[in-house]
This record gives sequence, structure tokens and C-alpha cells, in this order.
Amino acid sequence: MDFWNAITLITNYILIPGLSYGCQLALGALGVTLIYTVLRFSNFAHGEFMSFGAMVSILLMWYFQSLGISVYPLPTIIIVLPISIIITISFCLLIDKFCYSFYRKNNSQSVILLIVSIGVMFFSNGLIRLIIGPDDRNINDGERFLLKAKTFKKMFELNEGLAIKMSQSLTIIITLILVTFVFWFLNKTKTGKSMRAYSDNKDLSLLSGINPEKVVLIVWIITGMLACVAGTLYGLDKSYKPFTYLNLVLPIFASAIVGGVGNPIGAIIGGFVIAFSEIIITFAYRRFLGYLIPENFLPETLMQVLSTDYKIAVSFLILVIVLIIKPTGIYKGKLI
Amino acid sequence: MNKHKNRIILTYGFMFILLLLVGFLQSWNVSLAILNLCIISAIMSLGINIQWGNSGIVNFGAMGFAALGGLCCVLVSMPITNSVWQLGGFKVLLAIVIFFIFIFITNRIWKFFKHSPKKRIFYSVSIFLIGFMTMRLIADPAIQNIESFESAKTGYLGGVNLPIIFSWPIAGLFAAFVAFLIGKIALGLRSDYLAIATLGISEIVLYFIKNEDWLTRGVKNVNGLPRPVPYEIDLQNTDWLIKLTENYDLSIIVVSSIIVKLAYSSLFLLTLIIIFIFFETVSKSPWGRMMRAIRDNEISANAMGKDVKKRHLQVFVIGSAIIGIAGAMMTTLDGQFTPASYQPIRYTFLIWIMVIVGGSGNNYGAVLGGFLIWFFWVESEPLGLWIIEFCTSLLDDDSLLKNHLLESAAHMRLIMMGLTLLLALRFAPKGIIEEQKRI
Repeated sequence: MDFWNAITLITNYILIPGLSYGCQLALGALGVTLIYTVLRFSNFAHGEFMSFGAMVSILLMWYFQSLGISVYPLPTIIIVLPISIIITISFCLLIDKFCYSFYRKNNSQSVILLIVSIGVMFFSNGLIRLIIGPDDRNINDGERFLLKAKTFKKMFELNEGLAIKMSQSLTIIITLILVTFVFWFLNKTKTGKSMRAYSDNKDLSLLSGINPEKVVLIVWIITGMLACVAGTLYGLDKSYKPFTYLNLVLPIFASAIVGGVGNPIGAIIGGFVIAFSEIIITFAYRRFLGYLIPENFLPETLMQVLSTDYKIAVSFLILVIVLIIKPTGIYKGKLI
Repeated sequence: MNKHKNRIILTYGFMFILLLLVGFLQSWNVSLAILNLCIISAIMSLGINIQWGNSGIVNFGAMGFAALGGLCCVLVSMPITNSVWQLGGFKVLLAIVIFFIFIFITNRIWKFFKHSPKKRIFYSVSIFLIGFMTMRLIADPAIQNIESFESAKTGYLGGVNLPIIFSWPIAGLFAAFVAFLIGKIALGLRSDYLAIATLGISEIVLYFIKNEDWLTRGVKNVNGLPRPVPYEIDLQNTDWLIKLTENYDLSIIVVSSIIVKLAYSSLFLLTLIIIFIFFETVSKSPWGRMMRAIRDNEISANAMGKDVKKRHLQVFVIGSAIIGIAGAMMTTLDGQFTPASYQPIRYTFLIWIMVIVGGSGNNYGAVLGGFLIWFFWVESEPLGLWIIEFCTSLLDDDSLLKNHLLESAAHMRLIMMGLTLLLALRFAPKGIIEEQKRI
């Protein structure tokens, strides 16, 4: 019985939160990686694109709520996703047209594009705050839990409960669908193949008649879609606050780099590596060990490697270590 | 040559007039407050400029160095808390020394097992973990003791009770030391990676400062730092000032605070001038020419026998030290150390905007950028309000949209900064004051 209690504890506090947070990071990192491989710059504004997507979803959600449309027990925000994806994609394309395309045509250094993306970050952050305000908003209006801790305890007669939030399960399901779609698109369709060819060897692909404008368009469409969904899911899971998306940029970059920049599979793996190591390193193992070893052997401390205050710092730490030891990442990616 | 000089005089004069205008239209207090932070921003942008403009190093870690400078103010100027030191201060020091010894050993092992990667990782990771555990075992109880001692008042080790002005050079040295360590490990990376790595490291530094309460009091803040200039209250009781204000019929409260601000300004201006002259001499020297050669073509500079890696490290250390000094100055001006107030947007990216808008690669441009961008960062709120009022003047007074926009006018600041950067990059990529071609 104690063994199962320990397993439940780990599942409840590490596995499920890690999975859902990892999915959100993976979606973000996939977008960053795609932009990097095809357009060859680090897009610091990606967090703001996510925030923009979430904001549009919230505005649409309010409109739908005022019309009385709801899909209870699912949160209303799920059904507005297709529309907000389209709006986010248009926003990305506009930004690309007015900010990035000029430097792409001039073959500027990637650092210049990086600085441009910081300008875009400032601008979109201000725009978002101007439209929706800087406040914290809870946007989950559906059922909160898919499985309540109490029900689980009763069902299996355990001390520890297992709770699965609706937002977590939605995150995992939607990520699965989206990632499958993106991989199918990249590997099986002709457009996807032309995109990969373009990123592998630009000159050769241009020679073989691939239209660069079309590749850029497709990349922004996929990135906008990923950013919008990732931002909305993150807001649904935690809560929506424009400021938090600024702080999300670094963990996303960490995921992309840890996995290997330019490698879509790497981005996904990197997302989970970052998410799980954040949680595993800052988890207090005292209660977990309490189930497994006799009480008199139990040490006094919380058995925590680093305090929870350092949660996000862990991802930066991993980022820095990976950059120094193996800059190509887990799956051999490109060197920036 | 003359065109360059004219432009400098013109733009600096424009900046001076802007500050005068604020003095006449708003108040002299506001104008001087802006001026003080303008000077500090100018010093920070000089620091970034020597890294990016002169040598092409992308350092996104300005926030971390500024925070370290602020920390130095606390460590130098606050009174010693003897009882806390006896409670556990020495134990913490011991733990830190032990940790560094273990890091040194790990480093040696890493180098020793060059040819067997498996052994290398196994031994160095396990030695590092043992070191980490030992440190935690010794330090944790001591830290708990320190933090629980009168936690509302102290709860940290305090400083060494020296005049706060000493913290500026010490902050420079401290930031230089940290920059040396960071540069040693990170400077091998290329542009984008270096940007992300320095940004990450500066966040780690900030997390450390926020959470290690025994050293910094963390988010509880350190208030009441001593000042290098007299207090307003003391000034208000001096005879000559009372007489002066009575003669000219001025408010003594306003005059005293203006005097205090002027005292700060002169201190800051002196520092700015010293650093500026130093940078000008440096960039005119053979060393400066070499740095520009490395920036413009790393490979050929390398082929000419220049040690690129070493030069990069040098310039990274110098620039970061300058940012550390500016950070200490800012904390001195505030009179308090608030770790939660450090954000990358304000302390890293804004400084970058200053350098790029002002003109990277030349010191006059960097200083101008610091002044101009800080001025608009502060003044964009009234300006943004004015723009929104103008744009919505056709709407009804009680229209929802107008009220919403007026309420959120404060966020115009970010939009305007973003637009400024984007427009500058597009239409004046060399900045307001261009770098001169030196032959």
C-alpha cells in the first residue's frame, strides 16, 4: 500500500504537471525552432506572439460568453481557438511584412534580426497591455477537474490523492494532435518537404524552383498556429497575465537549445527535459521517502535539491550547462 | 569631420533644451530627477557600447551586473551586525570556500579525463554533487540562524559600514570578477547563443539575489542605505539656506530637494566624464583599433596574430564593470536595494535600445542614446496620454473605447520604445551619431 502511495504522490506532483508544462514548452520551442531553421534568427518576440494568441482567444471567449454559447464541462475558450489561430497568423504575417522581411531581403546578420525581434517584443507587449490591460485573469470557465483527488482516494483507498485538471488533460490531447499534424506536414507533404529543403540549403532549393515567399508564408502560418495554441493553453492552465509570457521566452529557448536547435523532435524532447528537471530538482522528497523507508532513517530536512524559488532558474542553469558542454543539444541540431 | 562635430553639438544642445523645457513646464525637481537617471543610463550604455559597438559582443546580461552593483552598495555601506556574524556568518563563509574548492577539483577532473567521456561525466558530476551536499549541510543551519535573527529588522549579514561612495569602485571590481568567470565559460559561444546564455546567466544571478536572504535580505529589500550627500531635513535647518529662501521668497522644501539632486548630479556627472575620457582614450589607442579590427573581420584579425578570445574576454570584463558601477550608482540614488525591481526589459533591453538609437561604435552616440531614450521612457507617459487624447478627440466623452484607452495610456511607453527601435534599425541603422571612419 505504501508503495502505491509513493507512486501516486510522484504521479500527482511530478508526472502530470511535468507533462502538461512540458507540452506547453514543446509547442513554444517547436515554433522557435521552425523560425530558426527557415528564417535563421532567434525570435525573442515568440513569447509575445503566444500572449497575443491567448489575448485574442480571451476576447473571443468573452464575446461567445455574451452570446450564451458554452460547451460545459469544457472551457469555452476551446471552441474559439480556430478563429484566434487565424487572427494570430495574420498578426505574425503583418509583423513579418513590416519588420522582418526587409532584413531578410538585405541578407542582414542574424544578430540584427534578433535585435529587431526585441523591438517587436516591446511593441507587441505594449499593444497587448493597451488592449487587455496588465491584470491577472482566470479564463477557465469549464469544469476544473477531470479527476478529483477525493474521488481517487475513495476509489483506491489510498492516503495520497491523484488530481487531473481539465486544463492539463486538454493541453496534452491538443498538443498530441497538433504535433502529429506538424510532423505529418513537414515529412509527408510536398510543401513541407520544400520547406525542409529550403532550410537545408537555401541556394540549391531556390535553383530547383522552390518559391521562397511561399516557404516563409507557410512557416509563419505554422508558427502562428503553434504560438496561439501554446499561449492559450498556458493561460488556461495557470492564468492569463501578459507579464508572465515575457518570462516564458527563456525557458522556451532553453527547450529549443537543449533539444538541438533546428530539430523539431529535439524541440519537443527539450520541452519535456526542461519541464521535468524544473519540477524534479525543486520537489521536496521527504513525504515520498516517508512511504518507502522506515521513519527512524528519515532525515530531518525536506530532501530538496533546490528550494522552489529557484524553479525557473533551473531551466536557465540547464541551458547554460548545455550551451557550454554540448552546444548542439541532445539531438544534433545546428549551431547558432 | 566638421559635420560630425556639428551633429554632436546640435543633438546635445537639443537634449539640454529638452531638460530645460521639462524644468520650466513641469518642475525643476522632475527635470533633475530625469537628468540623474539619464547620466546613469548613459554610463550603462557606454558599457554596452564598448562590448557591442566596439567589439561585436552581444551581452544581454546588463541586468545581472546592475543588480550585482546594487548588492555591492548594501555590502559596503550597511552597518556590521556582529551578533549575526557570530550566529553563523563564518560557517556560511566556510561553506562557500569548501564549495569553491570542490568546483576547482571538479574542473581538474574534467580536464584530467579528457579522453574518456563516460568517466569524465561520472567523476566530475559525483564530485560536484558531494561538494554541493557538503555546502548545504554546513550552510543550511547557519543560514536559518541568520535569517531568523530579528528578521523584520536585519536577518542578514549586513555590510562593512564604509561610506557608500566606496561601493562604486568596489562594484566595478566585483562585476569585473563575475564577468571574468562568465566570460571564461560563455564567450566561446557565437552571437545568438551568447545573447541567450548571458540573458540566462543574468536571470540566475537575479534569482540568487532574490532568494539568498542571508546575504541580500531578498525580496524584503534593504532600506535606508546611507547617502553620499546631505539629507533634505538637515539642509532645511541650516541658517544660510533659510536666509536665502526668505530673501528670494522660495519654498525651502523645494529648494533643499533641488540642492540634494544637484549634489547627486554633480557626483554622477564627474563619474560619467571620467569614464567617458577613459573610453575615448581607449578607443583612440592601438588597443581600440585592434578591437575594431576584430569586430570587422575576426578571421583576418586572428590571422594577423591577435588573440581574439583574450581580447573578447578583456572587453567583456571592462564593459560589465562599467555597468556594475552604474548599477551601484543607481542604488545609491534610490537609497534602497529592491531585488524585485530588476527586470530584463528595463535593465537589459532598454540599454540596448539606447546604444542602437544613439549610435553604436562611438561614445558620443552611446551617451546621447542614454540621455534621449531615458528621457522619452519617463516622458512617454504624458506624451502617450496626449497622443491618445488627440486620436480619440472625435469620440464621445463617455465612449467605452476612449475611457479604456485613456486608462491604459501608461502602456504606450512600451509601444513607443518598440517603434523607436524598429524605426531606428530600419532608417538609421548607424544611429543618430554615426561612427566616424578612422583612417
